[in-house]
Amino acid sequence: MPETVNNAKTMTIIVTKGSLDWAYPPLILATTAAAMGVDVTLFFTFYGLEILKKKLDLQVTALGNAAMKMPVAGMHMAMPNIVNMLPGVDAGATMMMKNLIKKKGVASIEELREAAIESDVRMIACQMTLDLFEYNKADLIDGVTLGGAATYMEQALKSDINLFI
Amino acid sequence: MADKTLDAKGLNCPLPILRAKKSLKEVPAGGTLEVLATDPGSVADFAAFCRTTGNELVESTADSGVYRFIIKHVA
Repeated sequence: MPETVNNAKTMTIIVTKGSLDWAYPPLILATTAAAMGVDVTLFFTFYGLEILKKKLDLQVTALGNAAMKMPVAGMHMAMPNIVNMLPGVDAGATMMMKNLIKKKGVASIEELREAAIESDVRMIACQMTLDLFEYNKADLIDGVTLGGAATYMEQALKSDINLFI
Repeated sequence: MADKTLDAKGLNCPLPILRAKKSLKEVPAGGTLEVLATDPGSVADFAAFCRTTGNELVESTADSGVYRFIIKHVA
């Protein structure tokens, strides 16, 4: 057997957003890349940290998102911002989105996160954000390491792909 | 006959690929994995997956909304 050389391609993604919709792109790319033999590092900062919480409670809002149109009864429904501002509308939109996700066979965020862990995607939580928002490492799932900008940069400098989401 | 069959019908991107990758691990080198899917995007995705990973896409067919892929486990 030839000696194993790690010549895998590498990718990093800076994950900055923690709403239900924005949690998808980094996790989909990370898990798919890992399945394609890519070494993946995710750096979770600011609201991206939400995705690492033990108890996931990601929400979606149409407030200020002019492009968000939900399929309803064969049409696409956009809500005026004045409606989106009302209490309970975000919860309704989140429930609607989760129902669609289930109905269309789209993975849940929990499922993708589990797949990322299983496929050895490296997850770094931003220490500064933890301090800033007063969270502890214990609030996050196991397997996460803590680091800062230099930790990210060291990996990014030698990676083939670096994305910011 | 493929060595293993993965039913990924009803699953959407990227689940068919993730499940296929997992299933391939259970197929001996040189063996084949059959994947059934309904996601139209899986046609382009399985071709790209195989080109990138070095596994061989032996067959890619469609029959009344079900896509069938035969992947030879190479890498």
